Amino acid sequence: MSARYGMVIDVDRCTGCGACMMACAAENNVPALPQATARTGLTPLLVRKVSNGNNGETRREAFIPIMCMHCEHDTPCVKVCPQQAVEVDEATGIVMQMAQRCLGCRYCMTACPYHARYFNWWDPAWPPGMEKSLNPGVAVRMRGVVEKCNLCHARLHSAKEKAAVAGKREIDPADYVPACVEACSTNAIHFGDLGDANDPVSKEAHSPQAFRLLARLGTEPKLYYKSNEAWVRALAEPNSPQASEVQRG
Amino acid sequence: MSKWRNSFVFAFGLAVALLLGWVVFPRVLYSQKHQPLDFLHKTHAEKSGVADCAECHTIREDGTFAGLPAVEKCAGCHSERVGESKAEAILVDSYIKPGHDTPWLAYARQPANVWFSHAIHVKRANLSCTECHSTYGESDRVRVYEVNRISGYSRDIWGHSMSRLRRAPHEGMKMSDCEECHKQRNVEVGCLGCHQ
Repeated sequence: MSARYGMVIDVDRCTGCGACMMACAAENNVPALPQATARTGLTPLLVRKVSNGNNGETRREAFIPIMCMHCEHDTPCVKVCPQQAVEVDEATGIVMQMAQRCLGCRYCMTACPYHARYFNWWDPAWPPGMEKSLNPGVAVRMRGVVEKCNLCHARLHSAKEKAAVAGKREIDPADYVPACVEACSTNAIHFGDLGDANDPVSKEAHSPQAFRLLARLGTEPKLYYKSNEAWVRALAEPNSPQASEVQRG
Repeated sequence: MSKWRNSFVFAFGLAVALLLGWVVFPRVLYSQKHQPLDFLHKTHAEKSGVADCAECHTIREDGTFAGLPAVEKCAGCHSERVGESKAEAILVDSYIKPGHDTPWLAYARQPANVWFSHAIHVKRANLSCTECHSTYGESDRVRVYEVNRISGYSRDIWGHSMSRLRRAPHEGMKMSDCEECHKQRNVEVGCLGCHQ
C-alpha cells in the first residue's frame, strides 16, 4: 500500500457550522474540558473566522478549518521531537503523532507553523456516562502529552481489517474517510490520494484556485485550500495586511 | 579482618537485593484472579466436536474480532445443564438463564493503546492461533489470571518468566515480541500501524 493522503478544503463552501470539529472530537475521544480557554483547549481541528479587514458593505468573511497539514518535507514537528514521537509514515504520508511516546516538552507545538498541535493540560474527563460512548479504536491521551490530527487513523485501521477479510491488500478508498470529511454538510472538505494523478482530489489540488497556507516555508503541506476569492487566497501569505485580521472563530 | 567483614556485608546485601528483585517483587507485583468458572477447552474440543478456534472466537465480516464469545453462544448447547459439574451449574444458573455475559478475564488482552488486528494476522499472514496463544486451546485446566498491580495488564503480556531468557515465541506479548516477529517476516509498519 502506498498513498499520499491529503485534503482540499473549499473555503467558499464552508459555512463555519463546526460539525467537522464535533465529528473530530467524537471520533478521536477528545475530552470537552469546560475549564479550558482558547489557549488551553483541545481542538485538533479548529474552524477559524477570517475577514478581508474592511467594514460595511465591502466586508467579506470566510471560515478556514485548520488542522495538521501533514507536511511532507522537513516536517517541523518531526525534526524537533527529542522522543521520536512523531514520524511521517512512508506508506500513507500521514504525520503520525504517538501520544504514548510524547514526554510533553512541547517543542513540536513551537515548531508547528500552523499551531495545529495541542497539549493535554488536564486528565481527560467526560460527563458521567459519556465515557461509554468513546471510540474503542482510539486510545485516550493522558495529561501531559501533545496530540494532533492523525487523519482519523482508527478508520484506516478498520479499512485495513476489512480488506484483509476480503482477501485484498489494498483498502477500498470508500472505507477510509476521515470524520470531518464525512460530517461536512456542505461537502467542503475533499479527501483523497494526492499521489494518484487520477484522484479527483489530486486534480483539485492543482487547480489555479488551490493554495496552501505558508507554502513558502517549503514544508510541502498536504492540506490544500481552494477559493475563488482573491482576498482569501492572499491569506496564505503571512505578510499580507489581511492576515493580521485573522481571529479565532 | 575488617576487609573480610566488608566483603561479607556486600555479598549479603547483594543476595538480599537479588532475592527481593527476582523472587519477592514478581510475587508482589501480580495479583491473582480466578475465572468465573472452570471452562475447559479440551472437553469442548474432544466431546463436543468444536474443532476450530474460530467457531467461538470469530472474526466478523467487517474484520473486527469477536474475542471471547457472548453468552448466547454458550446457550446454544447449555440452555439447560448438560453435566453435573460445579462449573456447569454456575454457567447455566448465573449467566445463561439471567442472560448476563460471563465476565471472562482475557489473558491476552493488550493495553488500550495497541491496535492488534486478528483479521490481518490470521487471514492475510496465515498465522495459526498457536503462534501467539500456544496450545491453550487444548488445555484441560483454567489458568489463574494474574494482573499487574501497577499497569493493570495481564501477566501474559510480559510472559511468565521474569528474566525473559530462553522463552518460547508464544511466551510474552510485549512490543519487542511483536517487533521481533515482524522483523523475521520482514513486515514493516510505522508506530500507528500497531498503535492507536
